[in-house]
Order: sequence, then structure tokens, then C-alpha cells
Amino acid sequence: MKKFFAQTYLWLLLAMLYAPILIIAIFSFTEAKVLGNWTGFSTKLYTSLFTGGVHHSLLGAIENTLIIALVAATISTLLGSVAAIGIFNLRNRQKMIMNTLNNLPMLNPDIITGISLFLLFVSFGITQGYTTVILAHVTFCTPYVVLCVMPRLQQMNPNIYEAALDLGATPFQALRKVLIPEIKSGMISGFILAFTLSIDDFAVTIFTIGTEGLETLSTYIYADARKGGLTPELRPLSTIIFMTVLLLLIVINIRSERANKTKKA
Amino acid sequence: MKWLAKIFTKRSNWSLPYLIFLLLFVVLPLVLIFIYAFQDNDGNFTLDNFSKFISNPEAANTFVYSIGVAIITTLLCILLGYPAAYILSNRDLCRSRVMVVLFILPMWINILVRTLATVALFDFIRVPLGEGALIFGMVYNFLPFMIYPIYNTMQKMDHSYIEAAQDLGASPMKVFTKVVAPLSMPGVMSGIMMVFMPTISTFAIAELLTMNNIKLFGTTIQENINNGMWNYGAALSLIMLVIIFATNLFSDEDEDRASNEGGII
Repeated sequence: MKKFFAQTYLWLLLAMLYAPILIIAIFSFTEAKVLGNWTGFSTKLYTSLFTGGVHHSLLGAIENTLIIALVAATISTLLGSVAAIGIFNLRNRQKMIMNTLNNLPMLNPDIITGISLFLLFVSFGITQGYTTVILAHVTFCTPYVVLCVMPRLQQMNPNIYEAALDLGATPFQALRKVLIPEIKSGMISGFILAFTLSIDDFAVTIFTIGTEGLETLSTYIYADARKGGLTPELRPLSTIIFMTVLLLLIVINIRSERANKTKKA
Repeated sequence: MKWLAKIFTKRSNWSLPYLIFLLLFVVLPLVLIFIYAFQDNDGNFTLDNFSKFISNPEAANTFVYSIGVAIITTLLCILLGYPAAYILSNRDLCRSRVMVVLFILPMWINILVRTLATVALFDFIRVPLGEGALIFGMVYNFLPFMIYPIYNTMQKMDHSYIEAAQDLGASPMKVFTKVVAPLSMPGVMSGIMMVFMPTISTFAIAELLTMNNIKLFGTTIQENINNGMWNYGAALSLIMLVIIFATNLFSDEDEDRASNEGGII
């Protein structure tokens, strides 16, 4: 009986959480301009999303979002992994300072990160565009990469690296053949996490994107929503994004489950 | 080149690039907010930005109103989220891990897409946009951020405490109030941080959920920055930072965040 109530409660809450997304997904399969009108089943919105033409700016925004996410996630993964190795080898006080600094971007609300970077760029007269958005995204993604790589380093047997050096490997070889394989899974998780964080971001992007007409998906949606009408093609797009995120999360989850299992074994 | 290689043979030095990056893109920008807040347009020291905020009823009212909205949202999230987290972490009531993923999934969807979906839902069931919609939309957006940390602490909780209490004759009610509730408090605290902070600092969301009728503090800051009132905007940001710092003092630092076992979600 108790279990029945508990399950009902969970499902009700889930229904509430997912109702809006479901409605968008359902109405992505009809042509109506206004959401809520059902004019028969159709996949036209999906095809017109990819054939572009009229919605050229939307496609451009998607492209920008993906490029920025890819570049930012790559830089964050490299910077964060190297940093994690460094921080792991630091002692007491220095380690604490680095950890605190690393937590700072995660504790800061997005709007503060956005405004502070905006002030940085205007103070030094840097033109805002691709570079500034990527730098901003690297700023808030890297701490998460560090947090993904750190546990892998803690689990690793510290003697392996030393052994490689003793056996005559150069530090670079030891890094490539010993260290990186050990922390690879953390780096991949960090990369995926940074990628999704970058795609999702709105608050930091809007302050660092400048006025040169560069648009990402978030800023496009924002501008579109402000004008009142939402481009109907955003419905299939949101559905696709939702499904992609769902898949990515399942992958990450399976990975971490597997990692936990091998650790226990 | 040689001196560079020499520096990097010591592995603790690998944190140096990241340290420089953090100083440039996290610490310096925050210092800039501080400097701008105490300057006038010509760069002279002044307290005008703060006296303007106090004497300007509109900005001050928005500030108080935003704190009110944030408190109500946080309370509703605790009310709805705590039982959910309790059920999810209880093995007798809920076995599947899929449920947990389902509750956390919305966290990874673009906040604008989620908000627009909520607006679509309200349009669909003919609920007028306004204060109620704003609160519901906020709760809908931030509920997963409350459930997740509470669930996390409850999962790590040592179950022998509960069994001990039961063996010693405590009623289920007593077990909950004397054992489960106190032990889950750290989770509730970080949940409060994760909900209160974004609620008070969001912009755009309130705009979309109320057809621009209700302004929150985040929107005020964004408008000032956009209109070139950088100094005033920086002062408002500093006020927000102080509030967030104050709430931060209430909740103990997430000690376990860094030692997270690599499971991201």
C-alpha cells in the first residue's frame, strides 16, 4: 500500500515535469503555425528544419552552437585534464587554494560569470564574437572536467607512472602510455559534460556574444520568443535535442556504472 | 624551450596553465565587477551607484520581490522534492535507477526550451500567464536541482542508524524526525543553494512566463548592462553576489563534491 502511494507520487511528479516537453514533442508532428492547433499528422516541420532555405538563420545558429561546443569542450578537456594532474600532485595549502579557485566558477551564478567576463572584454577593448564566447564557455566548463578526471587519478596506482620513468620512459612517453589511458574515461565523461553544458548555456553566452550578429541556438530562441511568435521549426528541434540529451545521459550512466563495477571487482 | 620542459617535468607544475587561466578569466573579472561598482562613468571613486539603488523604489522593490519569489520557489521545491528524493533513495519503495535518471534529465535541457515548453503548456490548458505561472515555471525548472542533492545524501546515509533506531523501539515517525531528517539536512542545504541561487539570478525566464509584466532582479541587471549603464549594473551584480555569499555561509561547503566518485548524474 505504502509502495503504491509512493509510486503514484513519483509518477505524478514526473508527469508534471514532462508535460511541457511532451506537448512540444506531440505538436512537432503537425504543421500548424500556432502551438495547440492540431492540423493532422505531418513530418513537414522535421524536413523543413533540415532543408533550411527560409530558416537559414536557424541552421546557422545550430551550426555555431555545435562549433562553439566542440571547440570549447575540446579546450576544456585538455586544460582540465592537465590541471587535474597538476592539482593532484600539489600539497596541502596550494591544493586547497587551487580547489577553491576551481569551485568558484561553479558557485557563481551564470549571470555574474557573464557580466564579469563582459566587463573583462570591454575593459581590454576585445571585440566580442566567436573567440570571446568560446573563452567564456571554457571558463565555466573546465571545472567540471577537473572534477571528472580527479577521481580517476585518485583510483590510479601512483607507482605505475614512477615505474615507467624508472624504466627509462621520458615524461612525455609516460604521460601518453601510462597516465592518459588511466584517466581516459574521466576525460571522455568530462568532454561530454562540457559539451552539453556549452550547448545548454544561455546566460553567459548572451553577455559575451557581442553585437556582430553571431547567434547560437539559445540566443536565437531568446530573440525569437521576444518577438512573440515561436518559429514552428523549434518544436522538432527541441524534440531532437531532448532525445539527444536523453541518449547522451544514458551513455554516461552506463559508463559510470561499468566503471564502478570494474572498480569493485 | 628547454626551461619550459624543465618546468613541466615536475608534475605539480602542470596546474600552472590552469592557474593563470583562472586568474585571468575568473578572479580578474570578479575584481572588475568590484571596481566598476565603485566608479562613476569617468572612473572616479563614488558610492552613487549604491545610493541610487536604495533611493530608487523600482529597483529596490524588484529586489525584495525577487527574494520573495526565490523563497517561495525554494520552499515549494523542498515540499515537492523531499518526499520524491526519499522515495527514490528507499530501496523498498523504488528499485529502478531509471526513475532517478528520469528525474535528473530535465536538468540537462536548455532552460529557455524548458521555459517555452511551460509557456506552451499554459497556453494549451488556457492558464493565464502571470504570477502563478511564474512560480510554477520556476518550480518546474528548478525542482530537479532540489531532488538530486537530497537524493545523493540519502543514498550515502548509513542505514544501520535507521535499523538501530528501529531495534531500539522508535516509531516510524520518530525514526524519520530523529534520524533521517537530521542526516539528510546537508542535502537539503545544497538543494536550497542550487534552487535559491538560480531563481534569484535568472533573467529571461520571468520575462517569458509573464509576458514581460513581472520583472525580477536578474532582468534589472541585464537591462542596465545592455543599456550601457555598466557601473550601476556592476553595483547591482555586487549586491547579488553579497546575497549569494550570505546564503553560502548557511550551507556548509559541499565537502563531497570533489571526492565525487565520478558519477556525474
